[in-house]
This record gives sequence, C-alpha cells and structure tokens, in this order.
Amino acid sequence: MRNRWIAMFAVTACLLGVSAPLSAHHGNAAYDTTKQLALKGTVTQWYWANPHCLLKFDVKDAKGSMVHWIAETSNPPDMTNRGWTIHSLKPGDQVTVTLEPVKNGAPLGRVLQVVFADGRTLSTQLPPRPAANSAKPNSAKQ
Amino acid sequence: MKGRSPSEPGRREDRTVRGILQIRARWLTLAIAFGSLVFLSACSPTAQLGSPGAAQDSKAATAPLHDISGTWDPGPIEAIQADGAKNYPSDGKHDLPFTPLGEKTFKAHKPGFGITQVPVALANDPMDICDPQGFPRIVLHNFRSTEIVQTANQVLVLYEFNKIWRVIWTDGRQLPQDPEPRWFGYSVGHWESNDTFVVQTVGTDERTWLDNAGRPHGGNMRVEERYRRVDHDHLEMSVTIDDQQMYTKPWVALDKLPLTLQPADFDIREMQCSPSETAAYNRDMAKPAAVGAGK
Repeated sequence: MRNRWIAMFAVTACLLGVSAPLSAHHGNAAYDTTKQLALKGTVTQWYWANPHCLLKFDVKDAKGSMVHWIAETSNPPDMTNRGWTIHSLKPGDQVTVTLEPVKNGAPLGRVLQVVFADGRTLSTQLPPRPAANSAKPNSAKQ
Repeated sequence: MKGRSPSEPGRREDRTVRGILQIRARWLTLAIAFGSLVFLSACSPTAQLGSPGAAQDSKAATAPLHDISGTWDPGPIEAIQADGAKNYPSDGKHDLPFTPLGEKTFKAHKPGFGITQVPVALANDPMDICDPQGFPRIVLHNFRSTEIVQTANQVLVLYEFNKIWRVIWTDGRQLPQDPEPRWFGYSVGHWESNDTFVVQTVGTDERTWLDNAGRPHGGNMRVEERYRRVDHDHLEMSVTIDDQQMYTKPWVALDKLPLTLQPADFDIREMQCSPSETAAYNRDMAKPAAVGAGK
C-alpha cells in the first residue's frame, strides 16, 4: 500500500560497507550502520548540491501519521559516476528508499537505494569499472 | 568490301597493346596511391611523438620528454582518501610519527572521518565552513580529475575540487626564505630527468589540515611532490611530508599514485564548496543528526 511503512529490518554491517566511500567528507559517526530501513513514500524534493545531495520524501508511519524524511547521498560528481542526475527524482515520484538511519531516531538517513513504482532502481554503489580504453562518462561529446 | 573480323591478325595486335597499357596504368595508380599514403601518414600530426591521439590505444607508447601536461584522473575512489592520506589512513593501523605537539594538535582536531571522527555538526574541520582545503590536502582528500598546463616558466595544476589552481614556478627561482603563509603555499619545480618532475612547497597556512582525518602540519612544513611520466598515458604521483614541528621524521603520504591520461575532450566536472548549500546541509541533516551525540 502506498505511503506506508513497508519494512524495518536489521542486516549485518558487512552489507553496509559499500556505502562507506560515498561520504567523501562526512563520516559514519551519526549513522547506525547495523540497520537498514526500506521506506515507501512520495518525493518532495531532490536537492542536487554539495557537500551532499539530499532526498526529501514523505512517508506515512504505522499510525497513519505523515513523517518527513531527509536522506543524504554523496556529492554531484560522485552521484554522476553512479548514474544519477539532477533530474533523477522529482516531487510526486512514488519511491521505496532503502537507507541507513541516524542513531538518534530522527527521520534522517543515508541513501543506499531508490526503487521507483515501475521497478527502476538507482543505487548509491559504484557500477563496475568500464574497460580501460572506453570513453569516460563526462567526455564533452556526451 | 568486307570489314575485318575480330579474329583477324591486326585486330589482335591492337587488343594486346591496349591490354599492356591497361596493366601499366593499374600499376601506376597503385604506386601513386601507396606513395600518397606514405606521404600523408608522415605529415599527419597524429603520427608525431606524444600527440594526444597517437597513443589512445597504445598504453606503452613512448612518453614525451619533460611533459606532464594533460588531464589526469586517479579513478573514481582511489584518491578520495576519506580516512586520511592514502598511505596512512586513520584506522588505528597506520601510526604516524607524531611529535608531542603533533599528537596534541591531532587530538584537538575533530574530523568527520578516521579513528577520531565525530558527527559532522560537532566537527571543527575548516572545510565545513568552506575554508580552502589548502595544500597538500588538495591532493590528500577529494583529489579528482586534474589538468596540468605547462608554460615557459610555470606548471599550472587545475584541480576539480573548488576549481582551485596552483602555480609551480619552473624559472629557476628559489623558494622564499620567510614566506607569508598561503593556503596553497609557494612551489618551485624542476625536471630531475626526462620523465620526472619534482616540486618543493613551503609557506603553507597552519590553519589547514593535512588530510580529511585531521592530521596537522606546522608553518615550516616542506612538501615534496614527484611526478613520473611512466609512459604516454600514465603518470605516477608521490607526496612526502617533512614537518619537524609535528612529525619526528618525513613520511610518504602518497606513494606512486597512478593517474591516467584522459582524452583531449574530457570535461572536468564542477565540485564547489558552496557556503549556502553547506548551510542547508547543516540545517537539514548534520545538526538534527547530531542531537544527543557527544553527551
């Protein structure tokens, strides 16, 4: 069902290690890296900025109350390397966001993955490295 | 009067002569075409040693002499160095030779990464207010695509992060004796050999950190960079820190970091520390995330 919590579960820290290089400047200290949350909600803003992009979205909790979540990703150059753009998300998009929550229980986190209603997926992990001689993604011709 | 048939002797002779002329013409055409190819390939700029297009598919192509110009890339994560200088990450396993003052200053720094990390809202990293990273942090944190330009008396280094550039003088001048501190110091360079460019830097501002883990430096620090053009498409970069105020001996922060030459049309991305965007991040994320921490 739309706009509702759909899952909360703990996973091992080894699964979360992939996100460590994402925050090039700000570390893990605020995050509970032993947990992941999968939140189904509606995007209110995709803020493409340094030092970190912010994904803002509304989620209806188990009691039916609307909770405004904010989750960070890395910076625009890093996200571009991962296939994201300034247009990747827009207000109104229905998404399921998997994130690491902060330790203090506030509705804040660090994005691991975004899945759209049609199944499209955006990951904050770096894709496999292209072949040595292939063109770079930020070649002027592209 | 009847005309001669094709089988008549005169007609056969004409055909034989025509055939010989046609064969000669084909050979002549081939010879002209071959000669043209040889001439054009010799004159082509892409055939010249060290031109950008020549070695696109040949990693082992000969490197041009005294030339490290071009756009170089260390890869997407190799030189981000979030936990501190690549050779000495702040992970409890790579101890730096701190002097007592170095140890004390390191512990007074509160970085967002490494073994002394704190939530960003509690950090005192000068970068959090968009102060310049300075040198050598510009190569020891968020070191990304970099363009190097050589002029008659300077080597200019253009960094992706904050669109910062450094000037390395190659006109034979000496380093200043009592320099006024600068965020990026004073640098002079020389060619140690045909493929190795060596840079010395002094006069860096003590307010900057060495790396993202909060390693300190003093005002008398001397930094040596070594750039070795391994072949046409590859450059190795090493950085050595010599700071007797904070460290008991010199240490190598980067050891032959590999950089790869990018195509001539490579467009370096923009990555700016914007005070307004940083303020928005601190308001929406960093400060509420740190509530309750450090108590």
